Amino acid sequence: MLGYILRRLLATIPVLFVVSVLIFMLLHLGPSDPAAVIAGDFAQPEDVEKIRIQLGLDRPLYIQFGDWILGVLQGDLGSSIYSDMQVSALMMQRIEPTLSLTITTISFAILVGVPAGTFAAWRAGSLFDRGVMMTAVMGFSLPVFVLGYVLVYLFALKAQILPVQGYKPISGGLWPWLRSLILPTLSLGMIYVALIARMTRASVIEILGNDYIRTARSKGLSTPPILIFHALKNAAIPIVTTIGVGIAMLISGVVVTETVFALPGLGRLTVDAIVRKDYPVIQAMLLVFTVAYVLINLLVDLSYSLFDPRIKYQK
Amino acid sequence: MAVQSFGRTVSGTIRMALAAAAIAGGLTGPALAQDKVLNAVPYADLRNLDPVWTTAIITRHHAYMIYDTLFAMNSKLEPKPQMIGDYSISDDGMSYSFTLRDGLKFHNGDPVTTADVIASITRWEARDNAGGALANATESLTAVDDKTFELKLASPFGLVLDTLAGLSGPFIMPEAVAQTDPFEQVKDYTGSGPFVFNEAEWVPGNKVVYDKFEDYVPRDEPADGAAGGKVVKVDRVVWSYLPDPATALAALQTGEIDFWEAPPADLLPVVEANPDTEAGVLDPFGLIVILRPNHLYPPFDKKEARQAMMYAVKQSDYMTAMVGNPDYWQECPSLMMCNTPMETSAGGGEIMLDSDMDKAKELMSSVYDGETVIVMHPTDHPSGPTALLTADLLRQMGVKVELQAMDWATLTSRRSSKNAPDDGGWSIFHTRTGVGSASPISHSGVAAGETAWFGWPQNEEVEALRAKWAAEPDQAKRFAIMEELETLMMDTAPFVMLGQITSPSAWRSNVSGMLSSPVLGFWNIEVE
Repeated sequence: MLGYILRRLLATIPVLFVVSVLIFMLLHLGPSDPAAVIAGDFAQPEDVEKIRIQLGLDRPLYIQFGDWILGVLQGDLGSSIYSDMQVSALMMQRIEPTLSLTITTISFAILVGVPAGTFAAWRAGSLFDRGVMMTAVMGFSLPVFVLGYVLVYLFALKAQILPVQGYKPISGGLWPWLRSLILPTLSLGMIYVALIARMTRASVIEILGNDYIRTARSKGLSTPPILIFHALKNAAIPIVTTIGVGIAMLISGVVVTETVFALPGLGRLTVDAIVRKDYPVIQAMLLVFTVAYVLINLLVDLSYSLFDPRIKYQK
Repeated sequence: MAVQSFGRTVSGTIRMALAAAAIAGGLTGPALAQDKVLNAVPYADLRNLDPVWTTAIITRHHAYMIYDTLFAMNSKLEPKPQMIGDYSISDDGMSYSFTLRDGLKFHNGDPVTTADVIASITRWEARDNAGGALANATESLTAVDDKTFELKLASPFGLVLDTLAGLSGPFIMPEAVAQTDPFEQVKDYTGSGPFVFNEAEWVPGNKVVYDKFEDYVPRDEPADGAAGGKVVKVDRVVWSYLPDPATALAALQTGEIDFWEAPPADLLPVVEANPDTEAGVLDPFGLIVILRPNHLYPPFDKKEARQAMMYAVKQSDYMTAMVGNPDYWQECPSLMMCNTPMETSAGGGEIMLDSDMDKAKELMSSVYDGETVIVMHPTDHPSGPTALLTADLLRQMGVKVELQAMDWATLTSRRSSKNAPDDGGWSIFHTRTGVGSASPISHSGVAAGETAWFGWPQNEEVEALRAKWAAEPDQAKRFAIMEELETLMMDTAPFVMLGQITSPSAWRSNVSGMLSSPVLGFWNIEVE
């Protein structure tokens, strides 16, 4: 197992290098120039040039890349061209909202999606099953921002029980933290509820047709243990894969939710940096997202052996 | 109605449930702070903190919060003393003596001295257009003592006070900070203005916090524009960056924010219909919208092609496309900003108010040789629709047009290219510019020499008239020079005026004391 983990981790090094080169080249080959953005609308052309030189953007690309990659290897992700703050400090400011939203959303999605999907599978073809599937289709189809606005209208503007926007850190109290995340979690979570419910239903239906389920029933086991310990456990691998992919997508893909609810998370940090061509921030964020994807996928792969003892990771 | 009853039901049930949960679980957060806080949403996110390093207007907003200025413009664009207590001008207008008023302190408690002032002026002059003009006319800038300094001119310059009161500075920093290279950002944000920048709570892209500077000594006069007594009536001002207008509107309606600098025009009816919110124009001058051709390449290297654009445009079409609501735009037959002292239609600026396509075609056909004109179209900028109209007008004149869509960041990079349009360059872009365009010295579009803005017009006569205008201390004579300059510019057409817009702001009804000013200041504002 340890050897397998090490091999997987080592395999990420070339992936990260290729990603780094691609990110760097794509960014620097684009037509935008952060020096012009920084200088502002009314700057003189020569001022733009001087800022470009001061930022080192006039140097050959391979030198800029070499400097950056050397810094990364030493744990220095660089500084924002605009705010002059260390990228690592910017990330630390933004990581809590994103992790919070990821945790609440994925928890909400699992707590609702897995039981709903399992129950729908058990009662396949019933009114409940059709209801769950219809809701799942709606969950997929409704854009996050539309659901977000509807929820804001109902719960913030009309009922006035939840805030429209903003994030309260958990250090300020559990309830204010949770309260600031309820609407973002609901609007973002619907897609994942739908995804997990559909995947769970499909997997459990397949499992319920197996001989050992019939055996379990014939030996007198009641439905709940059959569903939980026999069906769900054996259907877990595709469900866990879906959840893992969901977490990875959430870490980097919550931009719309963060924008609608003005949450200062990593998604918005990345998009703002892209809009302004803040190269060090973009490069660092995409690198971090790549590492997160790789690690989450590794964890998902490792978790398979928990659900299916037949799966063993050889040296 | 159904939604309202749903809302009430939800409100009643869930409110009780949540309250019960909070009380039962002891989950309530810390007690609400007793400070008076003004929650504001500025038009953009504050990323750069140095007003010398960038000309971004949001950074200028920030600078007025934490720095003070020697002079400041009042609501009529008249320069008034701000940090200066007394000043005198020699009879020949070549020597100025300034004395700082009593009680001026930096946020770290150090007194403001003339050494700080001179270092700040010097750094600002290296980057600011108007400051550069003052520097060129200056023989010496010296400290007499800690509170008095003298400015001696080498050549006549009638705009000393106007320049020192300019909206873009100079902002006074401690000497050690002001000695930073003007092309590098300062890293110390100590000022002597009415608010202290709370660096610990700054989250770029999200939040900026300013605390009241308790030791700030306001002037005795009432606040007027950027001038007068800056009396702070709140304990904190928090700027939140809400990129989504719908979210900002909802936050204003629920009272989560108190002030919103730049709501989009299409959301204003909602603000105006709500009894708890109000809208109004705070900057009475607003912005002018201009079309800038590239003077380096055909067909706009010839004045006939540029004049053709002046005849082709109809300002009301551009303004309707860009703003819509006629309450927030006006036609402007001057190349200088309208409603300011230098507004003039000498030279026949009325031709830009209504389209004369026959004349435009005649002029264009006399010089056009089949070149492809590249119009840059910024799809994420308010000036975006103007590019579409210009492209259409050019096509009507028989010009081959390539409308290139791009984001504003790309446009600002691309426009600095002096390459030919078909080699990464450009032919036309559009933009907006503020009250700096009330003066031919600070108006980006007017300069026509070595310091010319993107588009690079070259005209020695224009430069000579600009210098003459700047040297003239008498306002009436200065205006006469301006009329001469305007007439010349209507002939050479360095840019085309497309109209003037104002941007309304929105605030909660319990907020009062907003100032009519081209500078967004948070002093004088009260929150009940």
